[in-house]
Amino acid sequence: MSSREKILATCTANKPALVDLPQLSDEHLTHYDDKIAQFKFVLESIGGKVVALENIEQVKEEIATHKQSGELVVDTVFSIDDALKTQTSFDLERVDRAYLQATLGVAENGSVWLYEAQMGNRLLPFICQHLFIVLAKATLVDNMYQAYQKLNITETGFGVFIAGPSKTADIEQSLVIGAHGARSLTVYLV
Amino acid sequence: MSNLKTLDHAAAAEIFIKDEARTDWHDDTLWFVRQKRDKAVNGIAEWEQLREWASQIKNHTLSNLDNYLTAFEKQAEANGIKIHWAADALEHNQLMHKILKAHNISRIVKSKSMLTEECHLNDYLKKQGIEVVDTDLGERIVQLRDEAPSHIVLPAIHLKKQDVSETFHEHLHTEEGNNDPQYLTEAARQHLRDHFIQSELAITGVNFAIAETGGFVVCTNEGNADMGAHTAKIHVACMGIEKIIPKAEHLGVFLRLLARSATGQPITTYSSHFQKPRPGQEMHIIIVDNGRTKQLGRADFRNSLKCIRCAACFNTCPVYRRSGGHSYHTAVAGPIGSILNPNLDMKANADLPFASTLCGSCSNVCPVKIDIHEQLWKWRQVIVEEGYVKPEKKIAMKGMAWIFSNPKIYRWAGKSGRWFLRTMPFLGNNKLNVWYKQREMPEAPKQSFHDWYQQNKNK
Repeated sequence: MSSREKILATCTANKPALVDLPQLSDEHLTHYDDKIAQFKFVLESIGGKVVALENIEQVKEEIATHKQSGELVVDTVFSIDDALKTQTSFDLERVDRAYLQATLGVAENGSVWLYEAQMGNRLLPFICQHLFIVLAKATLVDNMYQAYQKLNITETGFGVFIAGPSKTADIEQSLVIGAHGARSLTVYLV
Repeated sequence: MSNLKTLDHAAAAEIFIKDEARTDWHDDTLWFVRQKRDKAVNGIAEWEQLREWASQIKNHTLSNLDNYLTAFEKQAEANGIKIHWAADALEHNQLMHKILKAHNISRIVKSKSMLTEECHLNDYLKKQGIEVVDTDLGERIVQLRDEAPSHIVLPAIHLKKQDVSETFHEHLHTEEGNNDPQYLTEAARQHLRDHFIQSELAITGVNFAIAETGGFVVCTNEGNADMGAHTAKIHVACMGIEKIIPKAEHLGVFLRLLARSATGQPITTYSSHFQKPRPGQEMHIIIVDNGRTKQLGRADFRNSLKCIRCAACFNTCPVYRRSGGHSYHTAVAGPIGSILNPNLDMKANADLPFASTLCGSCSNVCPVKIDIHEQLWKWRQVIVEEGYVKPEKKIAMKGMAWIFSNPKIYRWAGKSGRWFLRTMPFLGNNKLNVWYKQREMPEAPKQSFHDWYQQNKNK
């Protein structure tokens, strides 16, 4: 018998009698009167920045300014360069700033969801030095239950919730921002 | 890893607590994490509802595990992921070695996976001449020191920043005596970036595997799992069979519980959902049993398989906090480890269920409602029954049981005990009495409650 067959057969023999799966619902969960305020409060408490914008043109101008000053900026908000897909870690590790569009934000925990299609390259949101996310206010949901109702995680090959910059407290529980991923995270609410 | 004979928990803890200041610091540091957890939990009105759902989802999954495993396998294969099955730790390590050899790989990065610690993968590969670079900061620190992680979420929690500074000075050539965590973390970032961008194969753990979609979720704060997995040409994810959950919507329960219970964060920085390999990438999943199906068959202990490895039970445990993770001599320490490890090797881990006060705090904080302290108590009975306790403990326990079940003898023993403690305290306060260690024997009252009640009940 192969290990697969052995494991499955022992599971079948040893599992208890079938019990029901609970029915989840949004009814018992916290909803926020002001989702924007809650999202901002939580994200700032975990080291992220939240900036409300009048219009998205401001982001465009910011990207242009930083490109001019010689920084390596990758933008997938306004246009995705096809070459990005095939770039390797050696190319991307030089990226100073990455600008990405998120699908939705979660008020309860300050996270944003990104599909692979929005990243252009899976590695980009992690390997860039500074990460900037554009998020439509209207996409904010209260909690993770609502988030999964809206998302289809099988839509692309990879997707991620990001909540704040990369961090660690592995040395004596001292919080340090900028472990292996982005050193900062800014969310532009439009 | 040290080749010294493994000490039992009590003996190792005795060495740990010799440094009183450090023991207090360890205790306080973990209690600080427990307090962060409390603050996060109290901010969620529906916490108990989430715990109940999580517990029920896991109970349901375990009761249908065979079907969910095959559903997951089918879906994952349809997504282009290669599935392997390992009956035990050795087979897991051999499968990994086979993948490495087939591609002639030498640059390997690994993010935190308690399963690979349980299987002693690094040691196994080292013997084959293959070096794995651990990339979680805490894990990298202990790896450079040739130690094992002492905590499943905070691997280097037993170390002070001076220790880390010395280790980094030796291995990464950081400034001598610079103990600044910011500086040390930056040094590790630069050191590990080199490894990430050159990595050929990335090993990660799995936090949740979704039967419905054939995908899996990996949670980190540092971003190290993603840095490796999205760079390397080959990604191998290792999971125990109990990591399965039925549907994607269930993540909406577990992701709310996991980070709050672990570190008091609302969610980990990165909750990465792997669905398919990226174009040109190879993705493997090794599904490991290693005693889990056996535990599934133990009615008293099967619900330990609900564990999501948050370590809340570690941080709250008065024994863990004051004895340190290494005293548990196993990959998963703490209260949950003490009910998982006797299943793997009852004789070698017979001491662990006794490393508890049975205060029940572990069960109260558990986000998936595992009755941890009750299982510890049940393991003690199994272990005594199977004859795996030291003779002196067995004799003492049998004697106590006999005394407690005979009222007359109990009263006589109490009376003579009190008389001895009052008139000849040295009989109790000496090194032969293990209860005297770190304790003063109590001052004995002249009269028992029973005698007092007999005298006073009619007044």
